[in-house]
Amino acid sequence: MTTAPKPKYKVIGTRPIRHDGADKVTGRAKYGADIKLSGMLYAAMLRSPHAHANIKKIDTSKAEKLPGVRAVVTSKDIPEQGDRIVELGEGAVNMRHLASNVLAREKVNYRGHAVAAVAADNIHIAEEACKLIEVEYEVLAPVMDVIEAMKPGALVINPDVKDENGKPTNVAKTFCFEKGDVAKGFAAADVVIEKEFRTATVHQGYIEPHNATVHWNNDGKVTVWMSTQGTFSARQQTAELHRIPISDVKVIPMEIGGGFGGKISVYLPPVAAALSKKTGKPVKLVMDRAAVFEATGPTPGSVMKVKIGAKKDGSLVAGEAWVAFEAGGYPGSPIGMGCMCVFACYDIPNAKVDGFDVCVNRPRTNAYRAPGSTQVAFAVESIIDEICEKLKLDPIEFRLKNGSQEGTRRVDGPVFPRIGMKETVQAIKDSDHWRQPLNGKNRGRGVATGFWFNCGLKSAASATVNPDGTVSLLEGSTDIGGSRTAIAMQLAETLGIKAEEVKPSVVDTDSVGYTDVTGGSRVTFATGIAAIEAGKDIINQLKERAAIIWECDAGQVRYEDGSVHGPKGVSLTFKQLADKLHHTGGAVIGRGTSSEATQGGAFGTHAVDVEVDPETGKVTILRYTVAQDAGTAIHPSYVEGQFTGGAVQGIGWALNEEYWYDTNGTMRNSTYLDYRIPTCYDLPKIETIIVEVPDPQHPFGVRGVGEVPIVPPPAAIANAIHQAIGVRMTELPMSPPRVMKAILSK
Amino acid sequence: MAKKRVVTTKINGDTVEFLCEPRQTLLEVLRNTLDLTGAKEGCSNGNCGACTVLMNGRPVDSCLVLGVEAEGAEIKTIEGVACGTHLDEVQSAFLENAALQCGICTPGFIMQTEALLAENASPTEEQIRFYLAGNLCRCTGYDKIVQAVQSAATKRQSGCGTTACCH
Ligand code: FES
Ligand code: FES
Repeated sequence: MTTAPKPKYKVIGTRPIRHDGADKVTGRAKYGADIKLSGMLYAAMLRSPHAHANIKKIDTSKAEKLPGVRAVVTSKDIPEQGDRIVELGEGAVNMRHLASNVLAREKVNYRGHAVAAVAADNIHIAEEACKLIEVEYEVLAPVMDVIEAMKPGALVINPDVKDENGKPTNVAKTFCFEKGDVAKGFAAADVVIEKEFRTATVHQGYIEPHNATVHWNNDGKVTVWMSTQGTFSARQQTAELHRIPISDVKVIPMEIGGGFGGKISVYLPPVAAALSKKTGKPVKLVMDRAAVFEATGPTPGSVMKVKIGAKKDGSLVAGEAWVAFEAGGYPGSPIGMGCMCVFACYDIPNAKVDGFDVCVNRPRTNAYRAPGSTQVAFAVESIIDEICEKLKLDPIEFRLKNGSQEGTRRVDGPVFPRIGMKETVQAIKDSDHWRQPLNGKNRGRGVATGFWFNCGLKSAASATVNPDGTVSLLEGSTDIGGSRTAIAMQLAETLGIKAEEVKPSVVDTDSVGYTDVTGGSRVTFATGIAAIEAGKDIINQLKERAAIIWECDAGQVRYEDGSVHGPKGVSLTFKQLADKLHHTGGAVIGRGTSSEATQGGAFGTHAVDVEVDPETGKVTILRYTVAQDAGTAIHPSYVEGQFTGGAVQGIGWALNEEYWYDTNGTMRNSTYLDYRIPTCYDLPKIETIIVEVPDPQHPFGVRGVGEVPIVPPPAAIANAIHQAIGVRMTELPMSPPRVMKAILSK
Repeated sequence: MAKKRVVTTKINGDTVEFLCEPRQTLLEVLRNTLDLTGAKEGCSNGNCGACTVLMNGRPVDSCLVLGVEAEGAEIKTIEGVACGTHLDEVQSAFLENAALQCGICTPGFIMQTEALLAENASPTEEQIRFYLAGNLCRCTGYDKIVQAVQSAATKRQSGCGTTACCH
């Protein structure tokens, strides 16, 4: 473990203790559910026992009479939305759908769908009262399967979702991307492999359930305390749903216990707000684990047909993909992004992708680390493996030959700038793991590559110089994995001071400029740029202050290595000058914003060794290595942490995680015991290799690292299983029963 | 609603009396009645370990213990691990090894580690992974947690860390 900075830098590349560390190891850090306000009420939610039903009637009178109950709300307490489409930071949202997802209106579209909520003096009374609410349902047949839902006569879940002829449909959106001439491409191929793949619905599985505490004040101002990936997005969603001005809502970020894409959509704040509005008291609403599984946004299951053609010499000539994602109860799966990712790792001259967003009676799906990319990578990387086998080509050499690089055009249009796809493949090739032979029966080694765009979007930061030479940094990106420190380090590097001398705080929506969600692997990149800009602003002001002291022109002052240098060799360190600010005009406050459309794109290549038990179908991971391009690693420990954390989520997705539904559309494994996420006993050490191909769009070369590591594992493991026992797995998860079935039908 | 009971315990070295309904879990009492919110609720059915505290020296999922069962017990929570302003070896090892990302699982892991190291001062990697398997972390992939436990064990054995001295 190196702690030395990179030669160019003083702070970047070191591994300081995170600024919020002491609070988090002593139990002092306050997460969403930890808040307690005076006079606070506790709320509980009544959820639908049916996957698909019309709501005929809701009678709350008995619940209201229970002593200790202060208010009951239903969808009537959220204003009618009409047919509004609103841009909510990470995409346009149909407000009627969002409102109906928060509290069901005419019908419930999935089991666990929120129907009513109660605020009471304590949580037990609220829960009892929920049981007293009488709901009359007209139960409908659940539509659970994507292919069934797409069939012409299928029962339509959302009557307002229509096809181009105005006919109601479950296919909410279709995408088509094309480049070159696909038919010609396939005609030129020596080998063509075509297969169908399926992946299960999986959940992000963050340990902290969703929560919101809301106070609707007498002046109409609403304060929300919650853990969220995006305070500004939560503010806008809450304000839009209640049809009040966004400036009337203030969102105060609590520490957040994981998100991975699942804590962007709001579920609870509008409901807690309605309860607070009725009672005049702050109301706290926290989900239980079953609700998290059943009623927040898992990431879509998929059905994919992929066909790829190559020439004998191993060059790729054509690719075609048909991809359908479960949208869940309302439209909006990450299908578009999935389509753009399908062939992103390769330079394929002719390609076509068709994508479908399909409503089914499952919870409305959401992002989960590189949304859409993991599913499609499972399909494409499995086929690439088959092609390599057919052509007797080494999968590493194949990727080095066909991999995307600067100048490669993606099927959806954009041309890659400088990227590090091949560098990650080379890193695996050079790794100890790849060079050690793997021996033993039923053992196999697999490799796969993954891509994620990484987004830019908008961030803001401000920083105040304190008289003792420290800097207080305010930012709006909620910190899920140590990003406060990564951002503080970039400001420290800019100013030439120590990481510890910057004190970062994540502040509420009234205290910092608009900042998009913590998602898209954007925070270290984009909020980092905002902090760097704030640092440059401070430097300009410091030069002016020094000029006042030295009675010279600001143009004669240089800032270098954490000091100002003036004419005739005079200089002051940052700290010395900080001490004089109060005599030269008062506080120095730097501000910075960033608004980058994109980042350069990120790639990772994983290698895995597995052993398959031919008696049970159980797959054991023997060794696992992640190589990923981080551009420039700001805090290498937290970069490695993203690699290992993402890879392990990918391993869970690959081997055992899935939503199990019965024929009524009831999820049968809505506990951690049954929806089993990997434990530390399931895994070996995950080895990491940080590849650094700096992104020219960022002053220090940062590329976001959070999302890519979840992408390659299912494909890499499938390829390893194939090498181990000669079966090709085409369905996720590759759980013992599925592997057994594949072995038996060999 | 059943009548509330008076329960007397020792929590982090102090004698504590609280009132609780029979249906309230120890986790609920700690968090809501006593404002000790360091123990987290991830599942409330014993599957995630985020609520781990030590009860008479043994790690328990406090969501599976009733408040009334704590009568006469000695409880140690994450709030009682540091000594004044000194973090103990496990806490500082978690920070030095970057063993947390979001940190919601951290109090549970630290309590479980305290119990492990009290039982076995120099556990192997296999023993660590086995002992911590009831604590879920969705962020880290566990490697850095395992490393932190190893380094805490080494530090504690060589006596160069701060052993929690208060309790
Ligand atoms: S909250 Fe107790 S084990 Fe999960
Ligand atoms: S650090 Fe987030 S769950 Fe462990």
